[in-house]
Amino acid sequence: MESNKHFIVGIFEDEDVLLKAVENSRDKGVKIHEVYSPFPVHGLDEALGYKRSRLPIAAFLFGMTGTSLALLMQFWMLGYDWPMIIGGKNHASLPPFVPVTFELTVLLAAFGMVGTFFIVSDMKPYKYPRQFDLRSTDDKHVMAIDLANNKLSKDELASILKSNGASEVNEKNF
Amino acid sequence: MQVTSSIREPLITGGKTMRDVSEDISRQVEGKPTGLWWIAMLISLSLLGFGFYCLCFLLWEGVGVWGLNKTVGWAWDITNFVWWVGIGHAGTLISAILLLFRQKWRMSINRAAEAMTIFAVICAATFPFAHMGRLWLGFYWVFPLPNTWGSLWANFNSPLLWDVFAISTYFSVSLVFWYMGLIPDFAVIRDRAVRQGNKLRAQIYNALSFGWDGAARTWSRYESVALILAGLSTPLVLSVHTIVSMDFATSVIPGWHTTIFPPYFVAGAIFSGFAMVLTLLLVTRKVFKLEDYITIYHVELMNMIIIITGSIVGIAYITEFFIAWYGQVPAEQYAFFNRMQGPYWWAYWSMMTCNVISPQLFWFKKIRTNLVATFVLSIIVNIGMWFERFVIIVTSLHRDYVPSSWSMFHPTIYDMGEYIFTFGLFFTAFFLFAKFFPVVNMAEVKSILKSSSERKH
Repeated sequence: MESNKHFIVGIFEDEDVLLKAVENSRDKGVKIHEVYSPFPVHGLDEALGYKRSRLPIAAFLFGMTGTSLALLMQFWMLGYDWPMIIGGKNHASLPPFVPVTFELTVLLAAFGMVGTFFIVSDMKPYKYPRQFDLRSTDDKHVMAIDLANNKLSKDELASILKSNGASEVNEKNF
Repeated sequence: MQVTSSIREPLITGGKTMRDVSEDISRQVEGKPTGLWWIAMLISLSLLGFGFYCLCFLLWEGVGVWGLNKTVGWAWDITNFVWWVGIGHAGTLISAILLLFRQKWRMSINRAAEAMTIFAVICAATFPFAHMGRLWLGFYWVFPLPNTWGSLWANFNSPLLWDVFAISTYFSVSLVFWYMGLIPDFAVIRDRAVRQGNKLRAQIYNALSFGWDGAARTWSRYESVALILAGLSTPLVLSVHTIVSMDFATSVIPGWHTTIFPPYFVAGAIFSGFAMVLTLLLVTRKVFKLEDYITIYHVELMNMIIIITGSIVGIAYITEFFIAWYGQVPAEQYAFFNRMQGPYWWAYWSMMTCNVISPQLFWFKKIRTNLVATFVLSIIVNIGMWFERFVIIVTSLHRDYVPSSWSMFHPTIYDMGEYIFTFGLFFTAFFLFAKFFPVVNMAEVKSILKSSSERKH
């Protein structure tokens, strides 16, 4: 099969070296495709110029949905559909509805946010990710640069990676 | 640049590299189970089998096979329920609250503690279901589902229904939180399997990892999901035992009708939960040789939490007595006097000894850094916490308002069988987890190797 995507892949051992390398390469105008790490490297998303995730907003919206649904459900069921006086108390009043409302808020916020995370990250059980180096889940940080997106030549990119502390520079075609 | 105080003890010892972490933790998933594992599994399965027989007999015959009577209508079932729910609390405390407080020592123990939470909540849930008798109708009674009575809905004014929502939300959210943590580690095992040429394992663990790629963008989103989940789980875990305590506190039974219950139950839950975490982890670290990941320092920190929460529980006991005396309500005074000197004095004094006196031994550094002492004390604490629930529930009920209906509770083999069932379930689930899932969070441990480990130079 003819491959149509050519990548230069730099392997890094240390997260601090990697962070410097990302900053330096971006300063030199290198467009980085993506960096793969075995653990979350703090500051890497800023170094790569990624915006902050909007998932907290999704969580808030799902949570508010949970709050409204829970209140609607309880007031409709006990206040309208089948009003019942239990223990001589009002059949529909807010205080006893607070626990269930809180729980449903948390439930919908958590599930909604995690579901959104899977969708936006395109993660599903039957998907196999494109892997530049299998060691990226073990002990190496992997920086992938798409040749088609960069004006610099293969050798120039390799030398930038090398001079910034990459322990190996490989080529990968998909 | 990361600066770490030199006073802090290392969290990971043995000069581990990232490769060592993957190797040490994945090994037990990849290898064949040891003889010790089979023995442990066999014991758990036989407990489960015996308990399952008792459970089936209960469902066949009805709740009458338990030792309940008209006066004591709630005994071991609710005691065990509250006990198991309480045990679950430590897992969420470790993974959520310690994450919000940025406590790095949570990282090598959170996975196993969260697994413990999930299994403990499953065990807890079996008791209310068993107590329903007609299990198959249970869903109509506890969830607001349309039904043949013209949609007679569940009663949202009842703390028992709040409990249903609290426990099911707690279980689902803890499960999601735990699974999110597992995803990057499943990918580690997948990639190792690819390199080892084990196609089947690679496919299974890829499916489990949802095709995790470890990209910086995914990690960035993942981190914000973890933070928000921690933020949601923190009030959630506090709400769960608060609502469990309301099962009692909103009633008018002397001994239950106290406003101190919610904080007192939450502290007790964390207290017993940490004891169970210690019991499990001391065994796990030995069996899976995780001494470099779960160090004496971790054990010591957990023992410190046991001192704090144990002392809160002790103060709560004393406060209850003070308020009973100070409140001048004869029924309330009698209830507390009866606890101390009535026919269940032995349960009361076991509770006091195990929960208030024994954890104070952890003030001595020699004791809290001694593994055998910690193991023994962790079991004593859990016995004490079981007695606490038994004392609250049974001693408050067995002296009714009318002396002619006073009675005692005598457990039958089926009461014990149900409890044994949950032990079987809990340990079977935990051993399966320990064999097939990575017991330590590799990604998180790798992230602190540079700052908090003992490194070879």
